[in-house]
Amino acid sequence: MDLDKILKEAEVAIGAAVDERTLDEVRVRFLGKKGELTALLKSLGQLDPAKRPKAGAAINEAKTSVQTLLGAKKKSLSSEQLAASLTAETVDVTLPGRGQSLGGLHPVTQTMVRIEEIFSGAGYSVVTGPEIESDYYNFEALNIPAHHPARAMHDTFYFGDGSVLRTHTSPAQVHTMESVEPPIRIICPGRVYRRDSDLTHTPMFHQVEGLVIDRGIGFADLKGTVTEFIHRFFEKELEVRFRASYFPFTEPSAEVDVRCVHCLGKGCRVCSQKGWLEVMGCGLVHPNVLEMSGIDSEEYSGFAFGFGCDRLAMLLYEVDDLRMFFENDLRFLQQFN
Amino acid sequence: MKFSEAWLRTWVDPPISREALFEQLTMAGLEVEVSEAVAEAFSGVVVGKVVSVAKHPDADKLSVCQVDDGTTTHQVVCGAPNVRNGLVSAFAGIGAVLPGDFKIKKAKLRDVESHGMLCSPAELGLGDDADGIIELAADSEIGVDLRIALALDDVTIDLDLTPNRGDCFSIKGLAREVGVLNSLPVSQVVQDPVPASIDDVFPVELAEPAGCPRYLGRVIRGIDISRPTPLWLTERLRRSGLRSIDPVVDVTNYVMIELGQPMHAFDLAQINERIVVRLAGEGESLTLLDGQEVALDSETLLITDTVGPVAIAGVMGGERSGVQADTTDVFLECAFFAPLPISGTARRYGLHTDASQRYERGVDFELQAFAMERATALLLEVVGGQAGPVVEAVEESALPKAALVSLRQRRLNELLGVDIDVADVDQAIERLDFELTERSTSKSDGVCWTIRVPSHRFDIAIEADLVEEVCRIYGYNNIPSRMPVADLPLRFVPMATSPEISLKHQLAALGYQETITYSFVDPKLQDLLAPGVDSLALVNPMSSDLSVMRSNLLPGLLEVLRSNVSRQQDRVRLFELGLCFVPGNAVAQIQMLGGLVWGRRHSESWVHADEIADFFDIKGDVERLFAWSGEMAVYEPLTDPILHPGQAAAIIVAGETVGRLGRLHPEVERYLDLGEGIFIFEVLATAVLKRRRRQHRELSKYPSVRRDLALVVGQSVSAGKIADIVRQTLGDVLVDFRLFDLYQGKGIDSNEKSLAVGLTLQHPSATLTEEEIGHYTHRVIMALERDVGARLR
Repeated sequence: MDLDKILKEAEVAIGAAVDERTLDEVRVRFLGKKGELTALLKSLGQLDPAKRPKAGAAINEAKTSVQTLLGAKKKSLSSEQLAASLTAETVDVTLPGRGQSLGGLHPVTQTMVRIEEIFSGAGYSVVTGPEIESDYYNFEALNIPAHHPARAMHDTFYFGDGSVLRTHTSPAQVHTMESVEPPIRIICPGRVYRRDSDLTHTPMFHQVEGLVIDRGIGFADLKGTVTEFIHRFFEKELEVRFRASYFPFTEPSAEVDVRCVHCLGKGCRVCSQKGWLEVMGCGLVHPNVLEMSGIDSEEYSGFAFGFGCDRLAMLLYEVDDLRMFFENDLRFLQQFN
Repeated sequence: MKFSEAWLRTWVDPPISREALFEQLTMAGLEVEVSEAVAEAFSGVVVGKVVSVAKHPDADKLSVCQVDDGTTTHQVVCGAPNVRNGLVSAFAGIGAVLPGDFKIKKAKLRDVESHGMLCSPAELGLGDDADGIIELAADSEIGVDLRIALALDDVTIDLDLTPNRGDCFSIKGLAREVGVLNSLPVSQVVQDPVPASIDDVFPVELAEPAGCPRYLGRVIRGIDISRPTPLWLTERLRRSGLRSIDPVVDVTNYVMIELGQPMHAFDLAQINERIVVRLAGEGESLTLLDGQEVALDSETLLITDTVGPVAIAGVMGGERSGVQADTTDVFLECAFFAPLPISGTARRYGLHTDASQRYERGVDFELQAFAMERATALLLEVVGGQAGPVVEAVEESALPKAALVSLRQRRLNELLGVDIDVADVDQAIERLDFELTERSTSKSDGVCWTIRVPSHRFDIAIEADLVEEVCRIYGYNNIPSRMPVADLPLRFVPMATSPEISLKHQLAALGYQETITYSFVDPKLQDLLAPGVDSLALVNPMSSDLSVMRSNLLPGLLEVLRSNVSRQQDRVRLFELGLCFVPGNAVAQIQMLGGLVWGRRHSESWVHADEIADFFDIKGDVERLFAWSGEMAVYEPLTDPILHPGQAAAIIVAGETVGRLGRLHPEVERYLDLGEGIFIFEVLATAVLKRRRRQHRELSKYPSVRRDLALVVGQSVSAGKIADIVRQTLGDVLVDFRLFDLYQGKGIDSNEKSLAVGLTLQHPSATLTEEEIGHYTHRVIMALERDVGARLR
């Protein structure tokens, strides 16, 4: 009968459809208003009423199976199409992306921030100050009167009016001691200046100094703080030793040596075969310094320490010429981005 | 300070190795910088005696000698002028190896056989003297290895002495310290006073007792300065870093190294009437021993005679009065000069001598009499002569006072953070030669020690100084470590400012590389980049191109650009955050942020056009910085001598100019010779570090609507002006304004330009009707027409 033939033809037509448009033509041909199956349904009225239900059911069954075939074909056609367009849209993901390249922070800044974070986590405030200072703040208030031989330790830059480029960030400590009541816990990072230039000296460099003043502060607190700082900074439990030394603003005074971060004491180029690296000076704040800034040295005591931030950066990043930091060669700087 | 280990060990000889001794000194604050062997490696050289000398038959300058090496005699041809019968010298026989791996072999010199050689100091690496062979003491044991005879396995130690430890500037002082550290007794030089054998004196007057409270003088007549200084003495000097000059200077130098007392010898024939120690007068000058003539300032302490200055006290002697080759009579000076005047003088004249270094740290003010006797005895031994009596001029009241200083047990323990055993303190005081004047005990302070500061210690004045002494002897590394205990206050985190590091991260994200440049710059470059601004000059710059303080950040940034362009960089973005210095009544030290853009807009890439960065690249970055801070910045055309007149803008926040940006003026670019298109910005750091307080505003629930207008305006009408008019006209209903097209060219009059702007309107509490929208748009058009003559295109 016609129905089987129509079904067969529908199957062939659906199978032959190549895209959604031709498939839709097939749908219209069989199921559209004037479609072949629709026409069959419309012709039911001409049949014997007794035969109608059976014939109607058969036509509807055929219609359903055509619909099913159409649905399946449509699904397969659209996934093919998607696959084709995905292929067409494929890019080389290894090509570099678009937009500005990143800049970066200077290694000394990165080191400074690292130091600040280590201390500020323990409640130290970060204090900065001017770089041109009066003789009083750079020297006198730190127990270095005029003609003191210790002035020879600081190759100072002078201005015509007698002011100086600070040779250390200690003046910022003095400003703090003058204006803040103990307890004081600060670190003072910043640029400092000394007339010197070679592999390990530049006329400008960066210091971080720390100051703690409270009741009952002793040398043991200084040792603990400095040692822990070294351990945190290098992320290594390096051996630390304290050597007697002299600074006019501390008494007792010490130099701090750290086991060479590079060879751990065996002796190498970094430590000049000594096994130790001299990294900072420190001591208990000299009573004269406390008194000059209006702090009762009988009631309070404190410790101070200071080190070259650039020197620590050199050790951290294994840079062996300090001057590299200030030549600002982009190829050098970009290594730290 | 340089000294010989062997010499030190003749005073005190701790049973520890060389390395352990160095470590001990270093840890106690006497840092061993370097140590050097006193002689180069050689072997097979012995003490030999010349037993006969004959002239070489064929050479005038050569001698044929017989040398006894203790076992046998060898024939040696020698060219030294000082070779003579009976001389004891250094003999290198066949098989000996001299420095430089020079092997001694049998040789023939002008047909005469030579079985070895007699050596000069230079040939053995014992100094520069190559003029003659070594002269050893006549009683030296013949045949002994020279290295043993001269203790050549010694080292010269270079100590980096801190300014407080003048007491260690001598063998005597170092020995005392080593004795303290090792609990060992220290031997002393025994020197009886040398009695006067003549009556001659030379008068001394102290006119400036504050600077010179004690001055000892002594006349010595009839010396023979042509005699050589004995080898043992020159060797000790050499191992202390001093060259032999003449016997008189050698002896005074020896006493200085041994005891720490600088001395000076004048040629008695060249000084007139009397010595007066006084300050320099107006216009005085002096030619020093080293030949340089210095103009003397009024703070300079001088040794003078009736004619004028003969020495700068404690620093250097004068040429006129110096000991000469024909000197027969000398006047020996042995004085105490106060530290401060000497320190100042040495610094002012740049004369840091062995004497000044000791005086400025403090010489034991009770040492002079002993040192004078020591020097006299040595001098008579070496050059002979007759000594007169010692003349001492002293102003007791001006001498340093031997202060009393107390140490309280409670304070000591508090300051060190550990309980020190009382017996340890007792022992330390004793070992340091501190005279204990009182030892009491109280409930509040525990034991209290009071000591008299010895005359060789200038660094002990207060309790803290004694705390340090105890700490040093106890050992810094024996003090425990602990963390300070403190309250836990919470941090104040200001909302109105951003941390510098956040700003730097923003700039890095925008592609800028942070630089750190010197704060002092080339004055020529600064004058170019800051015309008309005074530069703050350093009195003593590192060099002329680092001689003024930067008044802005451009000199540094441009130097960085220059060095990187020369390294073939094709895209440079830099910033620096730092202080700038502008002179005035008080120097202004202002923190600035500076940036520089040059070269490619983007790194070279397949995805970017090959474009060069322009004004709007740097402006966009500055806008983003202010968007980050939240401060509303506006930009106005700027006339700035170093910027391109058509590509320069002032950055204005709240009516205040906070910075500038733009392209460098082509003239400046030409001068710098770095190519064209250098863009810079510079703003006050405070302006970008300010952070606008953010606050939530109710979001409108009603739809927004956009209207685009194409406007034609005169060339000179700025986009900023149009934006201002639109904003003022519409007020809050304008929620967004964009300028999305700028056109000049075909279809537009050459005096005009076309701008396309997009207005986004929204009402907080109602939907805008078409009528309202039309009304707003109309008002904008009217206002633009009225104010800037705009018309719709």
